[in-house]
Amino acid sequence: MSHSAHSMNNADRNTASTVKTANTNGNDKDAGINYMTDSSPIVVGEIAPGCKKRDPIVVAENVRRSFGGINAVDVDYLEIPRHKITALIGPNGAGKTTLFNLLTGFDTPNSGKWQFEGKNIEGVSSFKLARMGMVRTFQLTKVMGKLTVMENMRLGAANQPGERLSKALFKGIWGGREKEITAQADVLLEKFKLDVKKDDYAASLSGGQRKLLEMARSLMVRPKLVMLDEPMAGVNPALTQSLLDHIKNLKAEGMTVLFVEHDMNMVRHIADWVVVMAEGKIVAEGPPRDVMKDPAVIDAYLGAHHDVDLGDTEGIKELEAVLEADEESVVGTENAGIIAVESVVPDLKGADLKQPDLSPEALQEPGDDEPNSPQSGLAEPGRTDKDKE
Amino acid sequence: MDYGFVFSSAAGELFSPTTAAYALAALGLAVHFGYSGLLNFGQAGFMAVGAYGFAISTLSFGVPFFVALLISILCSSLFALLLGIPTLRLRADYLAIVTIAAAEIVRYIVTTNQLTKVTGSANGLAAFEGGFYAMNPFPEGSYMGMNNRDFFIRVIGWGLVVVCCVIVWLLMRSPWGRVLKGIREDENAVRSLGKNVYAYKMQALIIGGVLGALAGMVFTLPRGAVQPANYGTELTFFLWTCLLLGGMATVLGPVIGAMIFWVVLSLTQSVLYGLIESGAVTWLTTVQAGQLRYILVGVALMLLMIFRPQGVFGNKKELAFA
Ligand SMILES: Nc1ncnc2c1ncn2[C@@H]1O[C@H](COP(=O)(O)OP(=O)(O)OP(=O)(O)O)[C@@H](O)[C@H]1O
Ligand SMILES: [Mg+2]
Repeated sequence: MSHSAHSMNNADRNTASTVKTANTNGNDKDAGINYMTDSSPIVVGEIAPGCKKRDPIVVAENVRRSFGGINAVDVDYLEIPRHKITALIGPNGAGKTTLFNLLTGFDTPNSGKWQFEGKNIEGVSSFKLARMGMVRTFQLTKVMGKLTVMENMRLGAANQPGERLSKALFKGIWGGREKEITAQADVLLEKFKLDVKKDDYAASLSGGQRKLLEMARSLMVRPKLVMLDEPMAGVNPALTQSLLDHIKNLKAEGMTVLFVEHDMNMVRHIADWVVVMAEGKIVAEGPPRDVMKDPAVIDAYLGAHHDVDLGDTEGIKELEAVLEADEESVVGTENAGIIAVESVVPDLKGADLKQPDLSPEALQEPGDDEPNSPQSGLAEPGRTDKDKE
Repeated sequence: MDYGFVFSSAAGELFSPTTAAYALAALGLAVHFGYSGLLNFGQAGFMAVGAYGFAISTLSFGVPFFVALLISILCSSLFALLLGIPTLRLRADYLAIVTIAAAEIVRYIVTTNQLTKVTGSANGLAAFEGGFYAMNPFPEGSYMGMNNRDFFIRVIGWGLVVVCCVIVWLLMRSPWGRVLKGIREDENAVRSLGKNVYAYKMQALIIGGVLGALAGMVFTLPRGAVQPANYGTELTFFLWTCLLLGGMATVLGPVIGAMIFWVVLSLTQSVLYGLIESGAVTWLTTVQAGQLRYILVGVALMLLMIFRPQGVFGNKKELAFA
């Protein structure tokens, strides 16, 4: 209910917003805001891991979850900014999925408390959280295989009176709502290029199509916060672009997005904010550009990569320098921590990408004229120490 | 061999009240397992609760028929709640273990000697069907070769089957049924969409259990007696056989499955007895023949699973993804 009121408000204001955004001073929360172009600061105060946000939708405090000996999640403080797209990144096993599970009530932490829209939600069951407007997808895609794609979609819709046993027998009561739901589903299925599949069993979909279906289905709930666990894994690159646009557009509809992703290009494309996890902790936060230069992030990713000699400080500095200079550097899934070869050594394009030549010569050759200050990656020298505590 | 007799007795089984009872109970299992993914291995327990609930309230408390019916439905709902509360939050297999045990517990309780006054112990209870037959609108006479009592119980039994099938069909095509099917496929996904999975599972468990209780009454009324021996674990497995024969996530499947089950039992029995009497088979006694036919049912079930695993009515396409 409150959601529809919200988005309506939003639409009313949109006309005025273009005029206003020019002089919006960021702290004025009530000014008409077009969330697509809103450039008011996300953070209050200094940017640091666990920093305060101007308008948080989720606040987590001291959330801890351990499995046996290891701390899968050990988050001191985290705020997710409202009406923004936040990326949660980190190497495999960093605890991203576990944090999702904890926030959405699919797992119980050992300790901690967290809020959604100012309400304490620790111990609130997962289905109630979904009703409150916090909907997630799963890394291991969950579709209802023996239901058709359309039925999967309809299942996502809220406020269907026919889902109550007392009213289920009477189609007169729920038939009308069912039509609305179906229309809503048709629109989404078309956006996600699944409209031709709508009468097929979901089990007949390919892995990528299932990802799409799961995401479309979660939007049927009309959530306030969408939490996507690796939404692009296995989705074909041609579709990725249009999907990225869909995700961006969710913001225009007043939604907040939190997503886990290993593909740094995607993160760079759509994220307003990036949170980096490693070994259960938040090690860095910031706008995508800055975060990727953050030594703590490089450390987290390279730390998981055995091919690189971390003992060699010279090597790290050089890597940072290259990362800093090169926008196309890839720090992602299989390539975690490996710099895209073609950007480092243009001549090597087409050479074996999986075994990049990280020898000092290879790194230096093209870099000689570009990065003038290898130190610029360490813009805030004080921070490294703080991250490590 | 008297083929006329063989086929007439097989046809008689087709619409016998026992077949109706099996159809109802198997329909309950379809609601449980076919539509909701709940593994209930204690449907015989639900039938016993229904039958004893009816018999005890009639005999010990002297209530009229419809009150007894209501009590029996309430008892089975309570039984479902009792089984569901601790297990429905856990994985599916826990419910299976608990139901199989609970059905046995019910059977042992009604057999205990301390309760003989109420439950009649191993002999069971009898003479509680008066209220039911008092409502018989059919005057005495012959109805398709049956007396008016036999005809009445068939009309009521199969009428009930039809009504229950229609209700289950209406429920399963509704959004409520859709949520149930979603739960069967992946309950966490359904949970993530804001549905109270636990409540849905409980509702399904109760509905299937009440169908079991109704089946218990239809089973017991024409016999005029309720005995614990009738509600053993094998009854549950016969019901599962009916369900598998017909097709699990279907409404007509359990009904047709029950019919097939009883017709096959009747045919094999008559044929074997005929062969033994005529001297064609000498290596088998009639007692052994009675047991052999259950073996044959097992073989039939195996063949079915191999050649038509979705059951008679099941959807082959769904099975492609199993
Ligand atoms: N159910 C579980 N039982 C035991 N350990 C678990 C369980 N779930 C997660 N873990 C451990 O917790 C850590 C974090 O796992 P998590 O799935 O959150 O990682 P992730 O950041 O999502 O990784 P990826 O990028 O590979 O998806 C891992 O070390 C994992 O082994
Ligand atoms: Mg994960």
